[in-house]
Amino acid sequence: MKITIEEVEHVARLARLEISAEEKGNLTEQMNRILLYMEKLNELDTTGVEPTSHVVDLHNAFRVDAVKQSFPREQILDNAPEANEAEFIVPRII
Amino acid sequence: MKLYELTIHELRRLLAQGETTAAEVTASIYERIKKLEPKVAAYLSLSEEIAMEEARGWDKRGFGDKTKPLAGVPLAVKDVICTMGIRTSCGSNILANFVPPYDATVTLKLKQAGGILLGKTNMDEFAMGSSNENSAFGPTRNPWNLKYIPGGSSGGSAAAVAADECIAALGSDTGGSIRQPASHCGVVGFKPTYGRVSRYGLVAFASSLDQIGPISKDVTDAALLLQVIAGYDERDSTSVPKEVPDYTESLVQGLKGITFGIPREYFVEGLEPEVEKAVREAIKTLEELGGKAIEVSLPHTEYGVAAYYIIAPAEASSNLARYDGVKYGHRDREGKTLLEMYRRSRSEGFGAEVKRRIMLGTYVLSAGYYDAYYKKALQVRTLIREDFLEVFKKCQVLVAPVAPSAAFSLGSKVDDPLQMYLSDVFTLPASLAGIPGISVPCGFTSEGLPIGLQILAPHFEEGLALQVAYNLEQNTDFHRRRPPL
Repeated sequence: MKITIEEVEHVARLARLEISAEEKGNLTEQMNRILLYMEKLNELDTTGVEPTSHVVDLHNAFRVDAVKQSFPREQILDNAPEANEAEFIVPRII
Repeated sequence: MKLYELTIHELRRLLAQGETTAAEVTASIYERIKKLEPKVAAYLSLSEEIAMEEARGWDKRGFGDKTKPLAGVPLAVKDVICTMGIRTSCGSNILANFVPPYDATVTLKLKQAGGILLGKTNMDEFAMGSSNENSAFGPTRNPWNLKYIPGGSSGGSAAAVAADECIAALGSDTGGSIRQPASHCGVVGFKPTYGRVSRYGLVAFASSLDQIGPISKDVTDAALLLQVIAGYDERDSTSVPKEVPDYTESLVQGLKGITFGIPREYFVEGLEPEVEKAVREAIKTLEELGGKAIEVSLPHTEYGVAAYYIIAPAEASSNLARYDGVKYGHRDREGKTLLEMYRRSRSEGFGAEVKRRIMLGTYVLSAGYYDAYYKKALQVRTLIREDFLEVFKKCQVLVAPVAPSAAFSLGSKVDDPLQMYLSDVFTLPASLAGIPGISVPCGFTSEGLPIGLQILAPHFEEGLALQVAYNLEQNTDFHRRRPPL
C-alpha cells in the first residue's frame, strides 16, 4: 500500500475537500494504483540531475512599478456568490 | 461547397471577391450548429446575436484591411479561455455562472484581427481529461462516429471543426489536449512552443505546461491563426519576447534537405497496427517528397506519463486552490464556518477527475513526499527535455503517432483513470519539453475513424512543423474528407 485511507483523509483536509465514505474508498484504491505506477521513475538514477521547473530560459520578468487603472470594483464583485457594494461576504470568522 | 465547410483562407478569398458575406456564412454555421448540436454537443454556449451583429458590421466595413486577417471569419473558442461578458465555465460546475470581466489576450487578438466569436466549446473539466467525458455538462461526441469520444481536453473545439460547426477554433494543450482530439477528429491541431502564445486569460491548469493553439480544417489555417495569436505579452511573464516569423512563408518550402527523426520508442507494443500502418505510410510520403528519414532514440519516453501525472496535478492542486466560494464560482450555503464553506463549495463544485488530481497533487507536494515524487519528476523532466535537444542535433523534426489508438468508445475507460492517463503516452513528452507539436490527418481505421500524424520541432521552430505538415497534407486527401453526419 502506497497510501492508506487515513492518509487520504489527511490529504483531503489539506486540499480543502470533503469526501464521502464511498469516494474515500475509491480514491484510496485509485491513488494506490497511480502511485504504484509512479514508482517507475525510481528505475532512473537522477543523482545530480537539475530539476526543470521551467522549459524556456527566462529570467525574472520585471515591469515598471506604476499605478495603472484596475477593474471597477462592481465588475469584480458581480461574480461573487455573496457581496455588498464594496466587499465579498464570507461566513463569520471571529 | 457549403459555406460552413469553408476554411479561413477560402472564406477570406470569397469575402474579398464579394462572392459571399460574413452574415451569410455566420448564419449558415449557426444553422449547421442547431442541426448537429443535439448529436455532437461541441458547444457549451453560443453568442449568436453578438456574432450576427459583428458579421453585418464587417459586411458594411468591407474586407480590404490588411491588419484584419480574420475579418468576417466565424471562430469557436474553448471554454477555458476568458471571453469578456460571455460565460467561461471551464466545463465545471464550480464556474457554471462565471462571466469574465476581461478578455484573454488571445481572445482580444482574435477580435482585433476581425474574428467573430460563435461560442465556447465543450471540454474536460479544467482541461483534465483525454476524452471530454469529464465535462460537467456532458460529453462531446466524435463526429465520425457518435458512439466514440472526440478526444480531450479540447474535444469540443476539435469536434466543432470536424463537424463544420465553425471555420476554425482555439484549444489549449497541457499534455496533448490539442493534438490528441485533433487526431481523433481528423483535423489539424497545433500546440506551439511553451511561451510562444500568451496564457493571460487562459484559466490555469498546470502553468508550466499550458499553451493555447489553433485547431483547424487544414495546415494553412493553423498557420494563419497562429500568426494572429503568437507573440510576447507583457501580461504573461512566461511569454517569450521573440519575434514571430511569417508562418505562411514556411508553407511554400519543400522537403528537400529536411531530415526526419523517427523515434523508435513511439513504435512499441500497444501501438495499434492500423495506426502504425497509417503513420508509416505518411513517413513514406514524406520521403518521396524529398525528406530523409532516420531512426532516432528518445530513451526517456516511457517515463513521460509518470512524470507528467506528478507535475501537472501538483501545479493543478495549487492553481485550483483559488476556487473557494468567495470571489467567484459556486458557494455552498450550509457550511457554518469559513472552513466548512470552503470544503463544501469545492466538493460540490469539482467533478471526480478534478478532485482526484487535486488529491494526487496535494499528496506529492506534501511534507515527506515532495522529494520522492515532485522533485524526482522534475529531474526526469530534465532528462526528457535533454532527449529532444540531443536528437534535434541529428534531425530537424520528429515524426510519430499522436496516440497509440484511434478514438475509443464512450465509457470504455472512465472507470480506470490510469488507463486513461496511459493513452497520453505519445503527447506528454513534447509537453514536458515545451516543444511545438502539430497533429495532421494521415489516415483512417477500417472502422472509419481518423488517425493523426504528430510532427515535433525544436523550441520556437513552429515554421518547420508547419512546413512538414503542409507538404504531407498537400500530397494526401485525408483533410478533405467529411464525417458522415
